[in-house]
Amino acid sequence: MTNLGRRRLIDRLMRRLAALAAGLVVLPLVVIFGFLLYQGGTAVNLDFFTQLPKPVGEPGGGMVNAIVGSLVLLGLAGLLGLPAGILAGLYLAESRDRRLTWLVRFLADVLNGVPSIVIGIFAYTVVVLPMRGFSALAGGIALAIIMIPVVLRTTEEMVRLVPASLREAALALGIPEWKVILRVVVPTARAGMVTGAMVAIARIAGETAPLLFTAFGNRFWHQGLDEPIAALPLQIFAYAIAPYDDWHRQAWAGALVLIALVFLVSLVARFATRRPGGA
Amino acid sequence: MERLAPAGAGAAPSRLLPGAASASARSAVSGDRLFRALLRAVGLGFVLVMLAMIAALAIAAWPAIRQFGWGFVVESNWDPVQESFGALPFIYGTLLSSILALLIAVPLGLGAAIYLAELAPAWIRPPVGFLIELLAAVPSVVYGLWGIFVLAPLLRSWVQPFLGATLGWLPLFQGPPYGVGMLAAGIILAIMVVPFIATVSRDVLLAVPSQQREAALALGATGWETTRVAVLRYGRSGLIGAILLGLGRALGETMAVTMVIGNRPEIAASLFAPGYTMASVIANEFTEATSDLYLAALIEVALLLLVITVVVNALARLLVWSVGGPVKTVRE
Repeated sequence: MTNLGRRRLIDRLMRRLAALAAGLVVLPLVVIFGFLLYQGGTAVNLDFFTQLPKPVGEPGGGMVNAIVGSLVLLGLAGLLGLPAGILAGLYLAESRDRRLTWLVRFLADVLNGVPSIVIGIFAYTVVVLPMRGFSALAGGIALAIIMIPVVLRTTEEMVRLVPASLREAALALGIPEWKVILRVVVPTARAGMVTGAMVAIARIAGETAPLLFTAFGNRFWHQGLDEPIAALPLQIFAYAIAPYDDWHRQAWAGALVLIALVFLVSLVARFATRRPGGA
Repeated sequence: MERLAPAGAGAAPSRLLPGAASASARSAVSGDRLFRALLRAVGLGFVLVMLAMIAALAIAAWPAIRQFGWGFVVESNWDPVQESFGALPFIYGTLLSSILALLIAVPLGLGAAIYLAELAPAWIRPPVGFLIELLAAVPSVVYGLWGIFVLAPLLRSWVQPFLGATLGWLPLFQGPPYGVGMLAAGIILAIMVVPFIATVSRDVLLAVPSQQREAALALGATGWETTRVAVLRYGRSGLIGAILLGLGRALGETMAVTMVIGNRPEIAASLFAPGYTMASVIANEFTEATSDLYLAALIEVALLLLVITVVVNALARLLVWSVGGPVKTVRE
């Protein structure tokens, strides 16, 4: 009995410790959000969404060009990265070629661990140098490369989670394999795949490092995809390390808007996951 | 198989005409072939991108590699004016800040994962899990902003004086409290990687089949004993993977660290002292690099960072495979 009592005590203790750990993990979120809402909330105004940045020393202005720039970059990256990632994920889940899938999976793991700044340097050497200038396209390509392994891995995992019985039932009906994959397997795995895409987009929405030497930033409207483009994270970084109080306030406002954008992406994706079929 | 087919056809002769069956079978085969070729091309393309990345960095870094050889990774002077480049302080800063981050993040992350997957009451799991996922989605630059204006002043005026007064006999906690420095970098990195470790670990634990738990519970194990014996052991490899994922992120994390580490290329024993990481030096100096050699040296730092993260990830792979995790078991 005392033995059981001791075991119960340990059980309770570990439950408390685990709960404490969970609390400590969530705590920074609460603190950071508090500061974001407090500092950013007081700095956000209509100008922020409608005005270009003012010249140094002049107070006011906004970051409309950076907000639009971020959306353009996200669109470019999604256009390039999502199809590639999903197809590569399907390849991993469905191919019988053991050696090549091993290599692709291994490289996907590696690429997922490659720091985003290194990918920025890569995009610099293969896009910026040949094009002789920083450009939105280079930024979009860098972000797309970052997206691919995230999308690929979740796609593969989700496709693998589809019960074999479902696939076998479809195959037994005489449906060709590619149709089984596209019409049975993928729709079954869709919720998870959308979550993967959401995670990927949310991740690249806040990426700053790979844009430093690709998209580069721009204090004005971008003139085309082959020109430098502003991005919200870049602007926040530039303003945060500058020595002006007004810029610090705008950096907080920018951070609040960026977070809102990231969370909006997440929520829209979650909503989209649930709607079809009512599942 | 061949013997069964006519019997089936005989059962429903009007539906399954032989001619129609073979035509659809032919189109199915060619469709499959096309689809497989497409997938294979994407797979190969992916491999090519990775090889291109290593090749592009190596070519661009070649002038520095040729000039400095191994000295690049063991020398500690970084002087763009004299064009003498040694990356040791950056390697040291990257490793130290990441280790510091893992020391804080691993116990918390695993604890939170265990709580969320195993021990917490059912109603508490979704909201807390959601909060942790939100934390993982907060961009690096926002952590950096918070680090500059909240964490660093807090460390400077409260934490570092306190640590200096109580643990100051350790070389780790000596020196003036700047606020920004290795300690701030380690803490901000820990905050950043902990949600990754927690969510991946939680997902690993949730993937453990419930028979494992039921078996342990049926033998009279308490909740924690069930977790320890039946769940953690089963999901070990995935948990190692989760930690290495966190390490990989910490090694390459750029913006937040750049904003709080102090950016001084020195090797100091104290956690209070400013440092510099490989990612930070690239972020700060790449657009300012005027000479070709300077640029090549920075690209070589990127190449080194790439190599280090490749090694960490390869190690993660080998560990996961050697232990044999839930993913593998489920697949076979």
